[in-house]
Amino acid sequence: MSIVTVQLGQCGNQIGFEVFDALLSDSHSSQGLCSMRENEAYQASCKERFFSEEENGVPIARAVLVDMEPKVINQMLSKAAQSGQWKYGQHACFCQKQGSGNNWAYGYSVHGPRHEESIMNIIRKEVEKCDSFSGFFIIMSMAGGTGSGLGAFVTQNLEDQYSNSLKMNQIIWPYGTGEVIVQNYNSILTLSHLYRSSDALLLHENDAIHKICAKLMNIKQISFSDINQVLAHQLGSVFQPTYSAESSFHYRRNPLEGFKDPALYTSWLKPVNAFNVWKTQRAFSKYEKSAVLVSNSQFLVKPLDMIVGKAWNMFASKAYIHQYTKFGIEEEDFLDSFTSLEQVVASYCNL
Amino acid sequence: MTQSVVVQVGQCGNQIGCCFWDLALREHAAVNQKGIYDEAISSFFRNVDTRVVGDGGSISKGKICSLKARAVLIDMEEGVVNEILQGPLRDVFDTKQLITDISGSGNNWAVGHKVFGSLYQDQILEKFRKSAEHCDCLQCFFIIHSMGGGTGSGLGTFLLKVLEDEFPEVYRFVTSIYPSGEDDVITSPYNSILAMKELNEHADCVLPIDNQSLFDIISKIDLMVNSGKLGTTVKPKSLVTSSSGALKKQHKKPFDAMNNIVANLLLNLTRLDQMFSDAFSKDHQLLRADPKHSLYLACALMVRGNVQISDLRRNIERLKPSLQFVSWNQEGWKTSLCSVPPVGHSHSLLALANNTCVKPTFMELKERFMRLYKKKAHLHHYLQVEGMEESCFTEAVSSLSALIQEYDQLDATKNMPVQDLPRLSIAM
Repeated sequence: MSIVTVQLGQCGNQIGFEVFDALLSDSHSSQGLCSMRENEAYQASCKERFFSEEENGVPIARAVLVDMEPKVINQMLSKAAQSGQWKYGQHACFCQKQGSGNNWAYGYSVHGPRHEESIMNIIRKEVEKCDSFSGFFIIMSMAGGTGSGLGAFVTQNLEDQYSNSLKMNQIIWPYGTGEVIVQNYNSILTLSHLYRSSDALLLHENDAIHKICAKLMNIKQISFSDINQVLAHQLGSVFQPTYSAESSFHYRRNPLEGFKDPALYTSWLKPVNAFNVWKTQRAFSKYEKSAVLVSNSQFLVKPLDMIVGKAWNMFASKAYIHQYTKFGIEEEDFLDSFTSLEQVVASYCNL
Repeated sequence: MTQSVVVQVGQCGNQIGCCFWDLALREHAAVNQKGIYDEAISSFFRNVDTRVVGDGGSISKGKICSLKARAVLIDMEEGVVNEILQGPLRDVFDTKQLITDISGSGNNWAVGHKVFGSLYQDQILEKFRKSAEHCDCLQCFFIIHSMGGGTGSGLGTFLLKVLEDEFPEVYRFVTSIYPSGEDDVITSPYNSILAMKELNEHADCVLPIDNQSLFDIISKIDLMVNSGKLGTTVKPKSLVTSSSGALKKQHKKPFDAMNNIVANLLLNLTRLDQMFSDAFSKDHQLLRADPKHSLYLACALMVRGNVQISDLRRNIERLKPSLQFVSWNQEGWKTSLCSVPPVGHSHSLLALANNTCVKPTFMELKERFMRLYKKKAHLHHYLQVEGMEESCFTEAVSSLSALIQEYDQLDATKNMPVQDLPRLSIAM
């Protein structure tokens, strides 16, 4: 049951590194209350899920790293290699020089088609390495240019070429007070496209994680590294092998299966299907007991509504639109995105 | 990583350029301990084996052999460029990348633009092409010049059109030194406004700076530090070079004409939060302007050194209530962090703002222009140049008037309540 992770853009790659690091260090950490046999099964399952084995015993992450600028990928490659515990595959990267200028249109319409073949080839090679492939985990931000635009393009391609596999996108929601001038445009374009091609969208807000660091962890000078580690910790605990109610002896549940229901349609779900409980006795990463809640709820409506509102105000004054039409994203494309997202907001509100 | 080429034009442009290259070398020397030619250095420098004759000497990796600035030096008088070539930086410049003449432009935009423009057009194009060929991913041209004189102002803006035609995909960022009120060049308003029309049409981004503001800042630094290093500490370009953490250049213009960006560089002479407060005060701008009482269209904050995201967010939240942003861009911030501090400091902040506070400077300039133009003072110096007509003047001043009007319209929205526009409603 292997998952291939696709890390896109600066944010995606920095988080991806922390996730693999957290997964492996959890798998090596103390077993807590469970038996030795169970611990071994846990470790084996985790390894198989996220890493492939190399001759000299250093696990290689099942990951594809994509960015339109080289510096972040280079940093992540060397950080992983320096850890001595795991590393990224030698040919698992795709890099360019120029970046995407925080422009969704550039990522989607220019970089996407231009590098489609190369990127999909690397992904295919990684998938072929898996004995039993369960799906894709795509990590990206929605405020920038590469993660958001190229991420949307790649997800669409994955839907076309691997329509039977599950795709889950981990998306980072930018700080409300502004990190990128056109973050609202990039966000609505990303979300509206992903709603069509992804199976599940897992959202994390920078503001929320920032608060966790400040209030719950009391970190004084919070760095992006702190934020990414908290996030990786959360993701790690979602993805590590667990039991579900039915199968008690094998860590074979496909973690992505629980997310099969597309983000929109929950109103007709029977209560028993809506709530899945997975558990394990094995401790996660130094915590004796921990629980993670992943939910599809109306919690999303307020932030989504706010982003759509801001993007709409900016769109009404036509600000920055010329940067997008320059690369083939026209006003109609914006209107389509607005329409789909208003529908999402309305659907959630009607529940 | 991408490369940039610096084009320094005229006396002022070349003098500033010289300080820039000196600082760039010192910045890299401070972090590049092993003398390896890496991607960071390659953004502004080539690595050349000087023993090889001709063009084949470029080395792309490994140890630094001889660094050559990615620069084109242009001046219609020889004095300044000659001084540079005899000074400590002489080996940094490739002598093939110079264009000089003897007589100068006589503080006359028309001579710089029309006469020298057509005379040197081919040579200029050739030098640009050469410098572009040495780059594998050219992203930006940085042009440094003054507005009040003849060469920097006239020829400096002439070459913008050449760059736009030849390299349409490459950004053109211009650092323009505007004349202060007490400028000793009488015709500086003419030169400046004729140049501004060109900047409006052919530059992607303009950082206007005036000498008086620089003097004021240096006096303040002197008072605080008592070390009197004039001219070397405050260089707006210094923030654009960086070592292992390169800055992404995303200067976004909401509308094509609004390309004047007010720059503000704060070095760590004060506490971290104080640095942020100062960045928005009128006493620390590189142009005489008061951004706090004007309207922001967008603002970019680039911090260097040991500053974390929480410091940045905290200060944005703290200062935001006292700043006015245009209604459709209330969160118009672009933030970036670079862990490498500038040489000799522990941290620094560069704030680039697209703000209507540039308007008074432009209006003042227009007034000075009109005082001369109404009397037709010195006009004959310009009109006697081939290709110059009175229409050049009237077009230039109406281009400026149109720009001032756009800023006016934005300012009018300043204190109005932010109204959310009606959104699409969906039939379920």
